[in-house]
Amino acid sequence: MAVARSRRSFLSLAGMLAAGSALAAACGSNSGREGAADGVLRQWYHAYGEDGVQEAVRKYAAAYPDGKVEVQWNPGDYDSKVLTALQRSAVPDVFEAQVKVDWVRQKQVVPLDDLLGAAKDDFVPVVLESQTVDGKLYGIPQAIDTQAIFYRPSLLDAAGIAPPATLDELIEATRALNTGGVRGFFAGNDGGVGVLTPPLLWSAGLDFLSKDSKTVGFDDPRAATAFGKLRAIHETGGLLLGAQTDWSDPGAFVQGLTAMQWTGLWNLPKIAEAFGDDVGVLPFPKLDASGKDSVPVGAFSSMVNARSGDVDAAKAFVKWLWVEQTDYQVEFATKFGAHLPARASLSEKAASLREGPGKTIVELVADSGRIASPAAWSARSNTALMDAVAKIAREGADPTTETREALTVAETEIARLYG
Amino acid sequence: MATRTSGRNALTFWLFVGPFVVGLAIFTYLPIGWSTYLSFFDARNTVTPTEFVGFANYVDMLTDEAFLSSLGTFSVFALFIVPVTFVLSLALALGVNQIATARTFFRSVFFLPFACSYVVASLVWKMSLFSGVDHGIANAVVGVFGIDPQAWVGTVDPPLYWFVLVTARLWLQLGFYMILFLAALQRIPDHLYEAAWVDGATPGWPTFRHVTLPQLRGASIAVLTLLLINAYQAFDEFYNILGDSRGYPPFARPPLVYLYYTSLGSGGQDLGRGSAGAVILALLIAVVTLVQGRFLRFGRRES
Repeated sequence: MAVARSRRSFLSLAGMLAAGSALAAACGSNSGREGAADGVLRQWYHAYGEDGVQEAVRKYAAAYPDGKVEVQWNPGDYDSKVLTALQRSAVPDVFEAQVKVDWVRQKQVVPLDDLLGAAKDDFVPVVLESQTVDGKLYGIPQAIDTQAIFYRPSLLDAAGIAPPATLDELIEATRALNTGGVRGFFAGNDGGVGVLTPPLLWSAGLDFLSKDSKTVGFDDPRAATAFGKLRAIHETGGLLLGAQTDWSDPGAFVQGLTAMQWTGLWNLPKIAEAFGDDVGVLPFPKLDASGKDSVPVGAFSSMVNARSGDVDAAKAFVKWLWVEQTDYQVEFATKFGAHLPARASLSEKAASLREGPGKTIVELVADSGRIASPAAWSARSNTALMDAVAKIAREGADPTTETREALTVAETEIARLYG
Repeated sequence: MATRTSGRNALTFWLFVGPFVVGLAIFTYLPIGWSTYLSFFDARNTVTPTEFVGFANYVDMLTDEAFLSSLGTFSVFALFIVPVTFVLSLALALGVNQIATARTFFRSVFFLPFACSYVVASLVWKMSLFSGVDHGIANAVVGVFGIDPQAWVGTVDPPLYWFVLVTARLWLQLGFYMILFLAALQRIPDHLYEAAWVDGATPGWPTFRHVTLPQLRGASIAVLTLLLINAYQAFDEFYNILGDSRGYPPFARPPLVYLYYTSLGSGGQDLGRGSAGAVILALLIAVVTLVQGRFLRFGRRES
């Protein structure tokens, strides 16, 4: 009897604990949905590497005349954080990211077409396009990032070669510039698989997706040919692998570990500081006469969470900052690292972009800019394609077979999105 | 009176156990249940899916070549790493147990790496020891033997990255299993060795084979089971050595890393397929553990 009674008391206690935790859990999810109900907008940024950006965006938020905006700076894995927040939470109200088709399909972000007004024609078209799904714009581009081949003209002269204008010349240059201590080319510790896959497709005149995003853009034997060229670059032995810093950091280039490096425009200030005038910039070269030179164009754009407590207030703030405040936009893009303003009229205002490599890059973006991650190109397709290119370039797998496998996955994904 | 005492005991019991039970329920059983639920839905970018798809996600994962190859790779990896870690940690334990002086010192020295963070160790291995630049430590060492510098983590043919991964793992884990063996070794009563000696067993291999090893049976089974589960659950050092912000190469990709990118990676959270993969992996671990248990007659009462 005593045992029975005490067992009952265990159970009731356990029940209370369970009820309590359910209550706590309920409170937890409730508080996430308050959002802008208290009149404060929450804005998220990923952690920019350059000094001063955080202070600047906090300054912009503080200057907003029509309400209070709280800026949250998010170091670490920002992409996953945003993905998770968008599933249930009303926070953030406003955030920066690249538009993903799945977010649109799940109605997690709201269309922003009505914010642009007359400024629409001023935005770089390819960038607006990258933030558009099914004809609607979901993000206002904040600044443009691009990547290119940075090289040391003096080292090329010493090796007696001209800046590579085709993929075959890039292979040759990687071989010729390799002196052991200084390697020929660096495009990341994964051997360029991550960053060079898109420009390899473009070099053959292909793309991830067709123009209307309804079919896969690399159903063509030339894709396998282009990926095979990355294998050839690996086989020269002139590719730097295993550097302490990755492609996105100027470290390997600035330390003189490599004669050429694929890296972001954002590193231009540090590279110019290290080498002065001995810096040249090239687009990713074309495969052959029927291919194209290219530079990838990416833009973080400002988006509004559909679960925000006050979508209209959030939109008004985005319009104020990213459409109306052109001075802030120029400062944001060009003062800290080197990015390009998202609007054509603003590039002329930035001193760093009026001469030298900066000027070259502005022209490259205008002439050869391609969208690095189209909104409708899904993560699954991307993994399949990266796997294929990794196997081709690093393990020497058959380009045709591997490309075909990636193609099959991408076609399945398209069928899911538009089928 | 008796009732009151037992009531108070019950309260004390739940005060100690309750928080853990609640934690276990909320952070372990609830997610397991939820993820099993998700595995039957088309759950992209949502944890409250509406579209029931039956076993479609399972079919998808079981025909996904990338996932299958990662399961295959890590089954081979388990076949290799489990015996190697077992033998090395047992050898370390026997060695440390034999040492007459400074035993505590050696025990601590070999156990210390286990206290090191996997992430920190991975970064040291990747960027300092096995950096691909000519002045990296490993390249300086092989340079002494006239071998050209290697891009350790980046070299696929031959797959030198396995050398980096396995040495990191062994360095991190050996000490822990050594401690388990050491504890078991010290519990073997001396009179068994004395009896064996009287019966004519010579010290060395015969004594080890007929006295030490049978006495370590319980510890061995525990170690083998832990090692096997750990092999399939490999994540930290692999992710930090081979992975980067752009993803993970298609070789030496642990199942958990593949599932991580599928269900939580940037660019699209496919929680349905990810959960189905997680359930498949859990079942595989359960089956392999049971097979191993049957093989070692796990659970048989020690004689």
